[in-house]
Amino acid sequence: MNLDDYRGVWVFIEQNERNIEGVSLELLGAGRKLADKLEVPLAGFLLGHEIKSVANQVISYGADEVYLVDHPVLKQYRTESYMQGVMLLARKYKPEIILYGATPNGKDLASAVATDLSTGLTADTTMLDVDVTNRLLEASRPAFGGNIMATILCKKHRPQMATVRPKVMKALDPDSARVGKIIEEKIDLKEEDMRTKVLQIVNDVTKKVSIADAHVIVCGGKGMGDLQNFQLIHELADTIGASVGGTRDVVEAGWLPHEQQVGQTGETVTPKIYFAIGISGAIQHVVGMKNSEFIIAINKDPNAPIFDVATYGIVGDALEIVPKLIEQFKQLRTEKGGEMSYA
Amino acid sequence: MHIVVCVKQVPDTKIIKINPKTNTLDRRSAPAILNPYDAHAVQEAVKIKEKTGGTISVLSMGPPQATAVIKKSIEIGADRGYLISDRAFAGADTLATSYALSKALERINKELPVDMVICGKHAIDGDTGQVGPGIARRMDIPPVTNVIEVTEVNQKEKTVLIKRKLTNGYELIQSEIPCLLTVEKEINGIEYSPMPNMIRAARYEPIIWAVSDLEKVERTQLGLKGSPTIVGKMFTPPRPEGGKRLEGPADEQVKQLMDVLMEKKDLLSIQSSK
Ligand SMILES: Cc1cc2nc3c(=O)[nH]c(=O)nc-3n(C[C@H](O)[C@H](O)[C@H](O)COP(=O)(O)OP(=O)(O)OC[C@H]3O[C@@H](n4cnc5c(N)ncnc54)[C@H](O)[C@@H]3O)c2cc1C
Ligand SMILES: Nc1ncnc2c1ncn2[C@@H]1O[C@H](COP(=O)(O)O)[C@@H](O)[C@H]1O
Repeated sequence: MNLDDYRGVWVFIEQNERNIEGVSLELLGAGRKLADKLEVPLAGFLLGHEIKSVANQVISYGADEVYLVDHPVLKQYRTESYMQGVMLLARKYKPEIILYGATPNGKDLASAVATDLSTGLTADTTMLDVDVTNRLLEASRPAFGGNIMATILCKKHRPQMATVRPKVMKALDPDSARVGKIIEEKIDLKEEDMRTKVLQIVNDVTKKVSIADAHVIVCGGKGMGDLQNFQLIHELADTIGASVGGTRDVVEAGWLPHEQQVGQTGETVTPKIYFAIGISGAIQHVVGMKNSEFIIAINKDPNAPIFDVATYGIVGDALEIVPKLIEQFKQLRTEKGGEMSYA
Repeated sequence: MHIVVCVKQVPDTKIIKINPKTNTLDRRSAPAILNPYDAHAVQEAVKIKEKTGGTISVLSMGPPQATAVIKKSIEIGADRGYLISDRAFAGADTLATSYALSKALERINKELPVDMVICGKHAIDGDTGQVGPGIARRMDIPPVTNVIEVTEVNQKEKTVLIKRKLTNGYELIQSEIPCLLTVEKEINGIEYSPMPNMIRAARYEPIIWAVSDLEKVERTQLGLKGSPTIVGKMFTPPRPEGGKRLEGPADEQVKQLMDVLMEKKDLLSIQSSK
């Protein structure tokens, strides 16, 4: 393999009914920086059916080029059909880097493509950079080995690929005046050849506001002690109209369902206010919440790493402090006779 | 139905402790366990077998001690277990792992044709979730990831109905058999192992294969050599300063925090309900 045959930074644009996933836009922002450093174009690539209208949006968010594969068989995401599309593009245009959002579909697609291209794939990246001299993608993620990050490299294979956690990169402000090139690629697919069929897609409306979208989150950790004390977290959240989150240890203990776990293996969140209560601040937790606007940490250990990311730290016993906070907020509400709201 | 479940031995990250001085993992504190997602994978195979009959095999790649997770799988209800163990497998990333496992699956398939492979959603030590889809590609069978329910198995038509979890909800998928599933935890609850399984597991000797027991293996695709990704460097992310820190009596701390929050009108405000 001649590594110099490969040029360009590509981003998989995941869309559903022509709505682009947030993480794809964030990756265009992150990809823009990498492409500029490497002095190559940034491309978004897009698969689906009747999706042409999406291409200009991809350009407005920073792409120089958009590769489009449009076919009825691609209407819904399926590993089989989508990977054929990506393989076609990757073999023909030979990008040096391909980034995917670490969503169920993005991870599924990237894993299949990496196998067929026999190349390296780094999972759930939270930091991206390039080594310009060696044209190497530096994809970093928390390492299983303590509060450390590991940078994963793929030296001898191309394209270099990574899936990236949603909400850790920043999208650019869209610029509708940006111009770019749209390249359409034909693909030959037959529905009869597909071994899977999507019979139905069910959007779960009963699910409470997912914590990924919450404006205020009260997140509790193992430091709450037991399930009964953990009710204080729910009570504080109810009082101020916030959503409840937990660390992995809390989820493992069965105090909360997995949907409410914040961190590397749970949700990444960016609320306006984040309460971290009885949480030590392990790196796997911190990567999922450190971009919150205002972080309040309550921990009785003054050396807990959570204080390093907190805007406001309270060194003290949560079991003593949280009830007082609840009381204060309740009082405020009665005084003003209203509800909490968030800008 | 012949179902093969891929199971991995991992350190128990629930118990594992991080040494606060060196910021590294205290390995002595971590007992090795069956990857929790893989336990659910075995349990799901047991549930399917209750309806369809057949055989459940489990397959693991790892050091000789990994026979422990095979025995654990027998307790849950697997019928047989294979361990591939060889120095040549060491240091494998996900690409090399899926290659080695697919070579073992080839041999298992010759002994008894495989209808379904089930993997965990991810292994809790690396959390990549890449090995399952990799195996599916190598076997050229469709992968269905993030499975939360196996709704129906139709042996006559050779199809399965599956619920696959999405970011907001789920999709109902029909797939041909053979296929590969990766399962979420909510797919089932692990049941207590019946006594006969426990006894069988205690006596069970897994089948152990080295590279030389597998056919047409390209050694360059195994282990460290066959892994395109390498760890470049490890680093502690720069420690941010952190903001204001409050110590002292709780009442005072709470009062100060409330004052700060009330000042931050752009973050939080109290609106009159009228
Ligand atoms: C591969 C991998 C992935 C992971 N993914 C995630 C993830 O997605 N999300 C996640 O959260 N974790 C994840 N973890 C686990 C992570 O490493 C930590 O183990 C976990 O975040 C710790 O949870 P905790 O802070 O609740 O508990 P602990 O680390 O036990 O911390 C409890 C804290 O509470 C404090 N405390 C105790 N009593 C009180 C009290 N009365 N008042 C105030 N403070 C008190 C203690 O000082 C301590 O700091 C992952 C780990 C691995 C290996
Ligand atoms: N060494 C291994 N032996 C057997 N199965 C494995 C191994 N590594 C990964 N798997 C399977 O692949 C799944 C995903 O692992 P990973 O891609 O490492 O997160 C696991 O849940 C297992 O089912």
